[in-house]
Amino acid sequence: MSESVSGEPANAGAVADSDVGIDPSMLLSLRGVSKHFGAVQALRHVDLDVPAGQVTALVGDNGAGKSTLIKTIAGIHEPSSGAKYWNGQKVDTHTPKDAANLGIATVYQDLALCDNLDIVANMYLGFEATKHEILDEITMEKRTEQTLKDLSVTTVHSVRQLVGSLSGGQRQSIAVARAVMRDAKLVIMDEPTAALGVTQTAQVLQLITTLASRGIGVLVISHNLNDVFEVADRIAVMYLGTLVSSGPVANYSMSSAVDLITTGVVSRAA
Amino acid sequence: MSTSSDPTPGAIEIPKPSLNARLTGLIGPDVGIVPVLIALVVLVIYFDIRSSVFLSAINVTNLFIQAIVYIFLGMAEVWLLLLGEIDLSLGWVAGASGSIAAIYTNIQYGWPWWAAFLAALVVCTGIGALWGIIVVKLKLPSFIVTLAGSFIVEGALLYVLDHVFDGGGAPIQSSVLNDLTFGNLTPTWSWIFVIAVIAISAAIMITRERARRAAGLRVAPFYRIVVKLVALTVLSVAAALLFNVNRGSFNVVSEGMPFAVPLVFAVLAIYSFVLARTKFGRYMYAIGGNSEAARRAGIPVDRYRVYAFMLGGFTAGIAGLFYVSRLGGYSSSSTDPSVVLYAVAAAVIGGTSLYGGRGKMTYPVVGGVILAVINNGLVLIQISTTMVYVITGAVLLGAVTVDSLARKSQTLLK
Repeated sequence: MSESVSGEPANAGAVADSDVGIDPSMLLSLRGVSKHFGAVQALRHVDLDVPAGQVTALVGDNGAGKSTLIKTIAGIHEPSSGAKYWNGQKVDTHTPKDAANLGIATVYQDLALCDNLDIVANMYLGFEATKHEILDEITMEKRTEQTLKDLSVTTVHSVRQLVGSLSGGQRQSIAVARAVMRDAKLVIMDEPTAALGVTQTAQVLQLITTLASRGIGVLVISHNLNDVFEVADRIAVMYLGTLVSSGPVANYSMSSAVDLITTGVVSRAA
Repeated sequence: MSTSSDPTPGAIEIPKPSLNARLTGLIGPDVGIVPVLIALVVLVIYFDIRSSVFLSAINVTNLFIQAIVYIFLGMAEVWLLLLGEIDLSLGWVAGASGSIAAIYTNIQYGWPWWAAFLAALVVCTGIGALWGIIVVKLKLPSFIVTLAGSFIVEGALLYVLDHVFDGGGAPIQSSVLNDLTFGNLTPTWSWIFVIAVIAISAAIMITRERARRAAGLRVAPFYRIVVKLVALTVLSVAAALLFNVNRGSFNVVSEGMPFAVPLVFAVLAIYSFVLARTKFGRYMYAIGGNSEAARRAGIPVDRYRVYAFMLGGFTAGIAGLFYVSRLGGYSSSSTDPSVVLYAVAAAVIGGTSLYGGRGKMTYPVVGGVILAVINNGLVLIQISTTMVYVITGAVLLGAVTVDSLARKSQTLLK
């Protein structure tokens, strides 16, 4: 791994028994995480640190392994080797439920929203509040309104609107708000602005910043380097399954980032 | 359309809603049902003009009895349609249910009615569970599984009917089974039932609104509750008056609301409650809307799919009890393979979507009534049965088209 600027020692392949080199102030740390699907090596010895209260952008070309890495963190894939640390403690996330219990919430590219249900129903899907086995609509509606207000999501008229009638940016906001309401400590977002127009992109970027300012760790996959440089505090670059570089955003420029994404190394002076 | 709190500085003033918007707000997601209701009223008026007998007490009662099978089978299909599935075997399952009930209450076996009914319903639920498990485990389309299933159930049922009691099928020998269709509440009890329904509905609507107000949530304008209650009152009082008229002949008094009415209402109320107010119902809608999203939210999607098949079978079982009651028995000559398609039509005419995620239990009630009105009315004015088919098909097509257009315009309005 060339150009590793993060300061943590590269622990290639070894599963650490002690927490040597793990910074307990980091919300999530990955050490030597590898994943292969049969003969295909999707991830190679990835070391990654994600701090709370900051936005970490995960960038890389198609096929670099970003989605696989996210799914491994979220408990959908089991890593072939390597270790995960949460607040400095070694953890295993075998299932999405394990990850959710830790406080990891993932907002997938397809958002996983039910268009035929309203905002309140989507926000509480799977976690409905009930009183004597009957849905407690009043509590759910009040909390939903409060959460949206806290996140400054103001363009939604009524939380009883069907999600199918919302714009792309609003839907993204609802998906993120759902994660926040679950007391997520780490919110992972997969290409949140990919299908959005200018205004809606601005909405979502504002939301990302708001999340970080509330102490939540945000890990954002993005193709769009403009968005990345606008909101990210840290950048991590993946190339062909390897994390080739990571560090504070100030260490990168548009051209050095592009070089790392396309070739894995910086060819010009950064 | 905010009706509460002071506007925050700089907030945009929302103008008072137009009449069109108010009408849309009143009906909300049921918007597709209005044209259907209008069509129903038009048909009723038309048949009333063309035939003096149409709105007579006895004909309306008969009409409703005919509608019951479509209504119950329609409700059975709704459980499946909500998930984007379908069960084509429910017509035969209903037949099986009625046959089992008739057979076990026969003198030869002499079971008490409730035991026979229970056996019938258990078998039907079991058949539904079987289709559900096959669909879920083998990942086969429900259309094919239940189509194959309908042939299997048909064959098995016809075999049983031809061999039990030395052939000739199963006649009804239980008075309870007979009374399902032909028994009535007394006129007094009919009024008590109607008043109870109105009072309880009013109590529920008003309590809910007050709870929302107390919690500081936005409430719909009060006139909506008033309109709904007035409509309910008018309909139920009209029904009570109509049913209480003596429709008997030759000195035999026959009056009062048929038992079937409160029974349909009870099933409708329970199912609607489950769908609208419980997690179970919520998950049905979620799975139908986006099963992947439901899965990721931790909902056991496969299990709920099997539940839907079981509920479909169970409800078809209820339909079958009424079916055999009306026919007076069940034999290989009383079978009607197309009844399941009428069931789907009933559900869809009211506005249930075939793709899942949209539908209510009131929809097949409206759809079933319309189908019965068409059938009954056209026969009364002596249209040939072939034309009845054509017209039924045209109404189904029209209803689905209007519903689709109405929903499109509603989303555009937002």
